Amino acid sequence: MGRSAFRRSHGEGPFRYATTGAGILVLVIMAAIAVFLIVRAVPALQANSANFLTEQTWTPNASPPAFGIAALAWGTVISSFLALIMALPVAVGVALFISHYAPRRLASVLGYVIDLLAAVPSVVYGLWGVIFLVPFMRGPSEFLNTYLGWIPLFAGESVNSKSILTGSIVLAIMILPIIAAISREVFLQAPTMLEEASLALGATRWEMIRMSVLPFGRPGVISAAMLGLGRAMGETIAVALIFPATFTVTLQVLTGNGNSIAANIANGFGEATPIGQGALIASGLVLFVITLVVNTAARLVIARRKEYSRAAA
Amino acid sequence: MAKQIEVSDLDAYYGSHKAIEGITMTIEPRSVTAFIGPSGCGKSTFLRTLNRMHEVIPGARVDGKILLEDQDLYGDDIDPVSVRRTVGMVFQRPNPFPTMSIFDNVAAGLRLNGRRSKSELEGIVESSLKDANLWNEVKDRLNKPGSGLSGGQQQRLCIARAIAVSPAVLLMDEPCSALDPISTLAIEDLISKLKNEYTIVIVTHNMQQAARVSDKTAFFNLAGQGQPGKLIEMDETSKIFTNPTQKATEDYITGRFG
Ligand SMILES: Nc1ncnc2c1ncn2[C@@H]1O[C@H](COP(=O)(O)OP(=O)(O)O)[C@@H](O)[C@H]1O
Ligand SMILES: [Mg+2]
Repeated sequence: MGRSAFRRSHGEGPFRYATTGAGILVLVIMAAIAVFLIVRAVPALQANSANFLTEQTWTPNASPPAFGIAALAWGTVISSFLALIMALPVAVGVALFISHYAPRRLASVLGYVIDLLAAVPSVVYGLWGVIFLVPFMRGPSEFLNTYLGWIPLFAGESVNSKSILTGSIVLAIMILPIIAAISREVFLQAPTMLEEASLALGATRWEMIRMSVLPFGRPGVISAAMLGLGRAMGETIAVALIFPATFTVTLQVLTGNGNSIAANIANGFGEATPIGQGALIASGLVLFVITLVVNTAARLVIARRKEYSRAAA
Repeated sequence: MAKQIEVSDLDAYYGSHKAIEGITMTIEPRSVTAFIGPSGCGKSTFLRTLNRMHEVIPGARVDGKILLEDQDLYGDDIDPVSVRRTVGMVFQRPNPFPTMSIFDNVAAGLRLNGRRSKSELEGIVESSLKDANLWNEVKDRLNKPGSGLSGGQQQRLCIARAIAVSPAVLLMDEPCSALDPISTLAIEDLISKLKNEYTIVIVTHNMQQAARVSDKTAFFNLAGQGQPGKLIEMDETSKIFTNPTQKATEDYITGRFG
């Protein structure tokens, strides 16, 4: 160390130790959880008589236990992407309306309502889904199947309103407020300077939004979408009540087929044998990896855009 | 096509605050008109009423009449969007679209005016950049982001963007105040060149600049804090700087102000 002309200011030492300590503690706890989960998952994976990655059935409590992640991972991915596809355009539209169209009074009321909706516990959405949306979707599901059945998504023999589609709609409604709330914040931060640049060129309000607001807000909207996607993938209760809980990889989102990792854990953990629990934990680890991959992909997209617009603000 | 602007008895407000009052003037085509005056006297506000940019600020409004040739800019049947396509604007701080390439920045206004063929776009982008004295510096990197240019280059890019849509009038609000002396000279040269084709109005806090580039100069002043700014006098630039009629003008240009 030696004596330095630049002495550490008084009080920095303890603060440094405290923050470093807290950081290390978090890492240790996370590592401990990971080790615990892996230790519980490994025996189940060893006892598995099927291929964990490709097998579609899920009978870890039988003997010999046979289970695979394929159908669950597929269901998780397709249901949350469907939810995102439905929620994102609406959320961006709502956010733009609040940030750039609505009169100030209305905008602040709407903003408040959106923030409130974002805080509603997911079980509420789940119950609403089961009680209202499942019966309600019978008609629309049959309509889609009859008239748009040539699209693989809407194909299938027997239509069931307790379906991936209904679950995705609930997920979409659930993640919409978060995406809208974050997007609104980002759109409000679009620099006046850039908005005036396009207005002065003779842009209409919508053209101004396309030229100045959306490009500026894009990384933020992508982050918001990823947050929403993450929530949709990890959502347990809302979809455990709605997904059909069968184990098949299918595109047909109107049929009584499909499940997700999180819903399966919620439905199965109670009566699982130790091996069964290990299997569910293994599926949870897969969910973690999927979320990680999606987030990393989003980060890469955002980083690439940043480079192009480094003088954005 | 350069056009004449005739302003009569114009007031502009921010909410209940009257920022400028009773402005009447004629701005000649194919010439440079400079606005000078202490800061806060409403030069920017007045400039922005000339292309209806004033009213994009919430609560802002305008009273009075502005004729562009014989068209009433604030007439009931006039769309502000079309006014802004005819009266272009360059801002104090260069504001190229950061996510767009140099080419797309210049083409941005053209694309608003409907589809054009690629070759037509390329032609206009090239001639606009040439008119803005920027072509030689950027012709090899048209696809690079505009935000990678220097401040002076960015400002010339903004000028190219504004003239690409061939406006009748070009408004500039202290276009050099964020630039170094060399870039400032480049912009001043450009202004002298552009006045052959456009009606140019420039706000500047730099008296030498007003003297160098403008044909007419208008001096604005305000009676005190919270009072609206007014046009004190407007005349040939040479007259304003050598023999102004009003005492306030003389005090201001000789630096004996305030
Ligand atoms: N966006 C705004 N909202 C409210 N008042 C404003 C705004 N912009 C300018 N003003 C006020 O209008 C007056 C004139 O300002 P401005 O036109 O910017 O003067 P200048 O360009 O001559 O410095 C000032 O009193 C200023 O405070
Ligand atoms: Mg100003």
